Amino acid sequence: MAATMTEDEHAREISSGWQNELYDALRRHDVTQFSYVPDAGHRICIDRSIADKDVHSVALTTEEEGVALACGAHLGGKRSVLLMQSSGLGNCVNFLSMVQGGRFPFLTILSMRGDFGEGNPWQISMGQATRPLLQTMGFIVLEVTKPAEVVPTVDAAANMVWKSGQAVAILLTQKLIGAKAF
Amino acid sequence: MSKPPERTAGPRYTLDRITAVPAIVGDASDFLIIGGLAGAAKDMAALTNDGPNYYGLAGAMGAAVMMGLGLALARPDKKVLVATGDGELLMNVGALATVSLLNPPNLRILCIDNGHYGETGYQKSHTCLGVDLEQMAIGAGIKATCSVEKEADLAKGAKMLREANGTCFVLLRVKPTDGPKVKRLMDPAASRVRFRLGTLGQP
Repeated sequence: MAATMTEDEHAREISSGWQNELYDALRRHDVTQFSYVPDAGHRICIDRSIADKDVHSVALTTEEEGVALACGAHLGGKRSVLLMQSSGLGNCVNFLSMVQGGRFPFLTILSMRGDFGEGNPWQISMGQATRPLLQTMGFIVLEVTKPAEVVPTVDAAANMVWKSGQAVAILLTQKLIGAKAF
Repeated sequence: MSKPPERTAGPRYTLDRITAVPAIVGDASDFLIIGGLAGAAKDMAALTNDGPNYYGLAGAMGAAVMMGLGLALARPDKKVLVATGDGELLMNVGALATVSLLNPPNLRILCIDNGHYGETGYQKSHTCLGVDLEQMAIGAGIKATCSVEKEADLAKGAKMLREANGTCFVLLRVKPTDGPKVKRLMDPAASRVRFRLGTLGQP
């Protein structure tokens, strides 16, 4: 009989090392607003933001809220990151017109579904559409496939976002986080 | 020939936004302001003289409250006012739930409810058909709320916008008539730069 895992058990199987490094890198770049819809791939980052008294941890009802939150944070001189699953990108598209039209510096980190070994047919469509959709909306897309690439990618993205004023999406691919078993 | 009946959202919608909005907001320079679309954005542009403490949307419908939350968390030293309309708020009403979890003491939400989608030809919105946005704000967990629909209520609403020590939500019911005629900056990037230069001293 094939082993089945809950979303949470799957997340716990993932090495927590790079996730903690990811959070530390974001804090080093002075990100103080973390927004998210609960997601197994971002579990450690989310939990650490909740425990961190020096940041605002913002649980969203839908991912698009995090886009507007980040633009508001920038108007107030602070840095925000939106943590979401690739499926959440579809909920954001019209709000991304504010990022592009307003040339807001914007960072989002996506845990990918539907890109490599996906076993849930509901995830394939948005997973495959993620990169072209981001590029259509003017994003620079950086992909991470190995744990050692996580921190250098965050460092690169932070420069492109907060020094060069770009919108950047980091994709944490299923090669990095693994495909959930079904 | 008889005149067509005057457009109305019902007996609770009698205030004129041209006078009620300035009365409830007071001195707009006391706030950093995010304006939702259309009517509310024009109200705020008129009130601020389209100034540097104002960022008004003309798209990304549903974004105003969350933009205000990001700004309020970033600027605890300032009062942040989100002025939005019933249609704009209905598009992302879940934002009220997100806001209530954070409950920043400096965030004020003013919903100017005319019961209609004014910008697209005054089609009726859900609110004049029975949906009560103040009740939705209460249900979302926002502790300080009030509805203003009479001249005599304006002072109560104005006091809440100024003095509430948690996030507050004020529903201002107005007639479905046009707001002020005003020219405003429509370029979202130029507005961003103007706002940051004016309120942070850097682009």
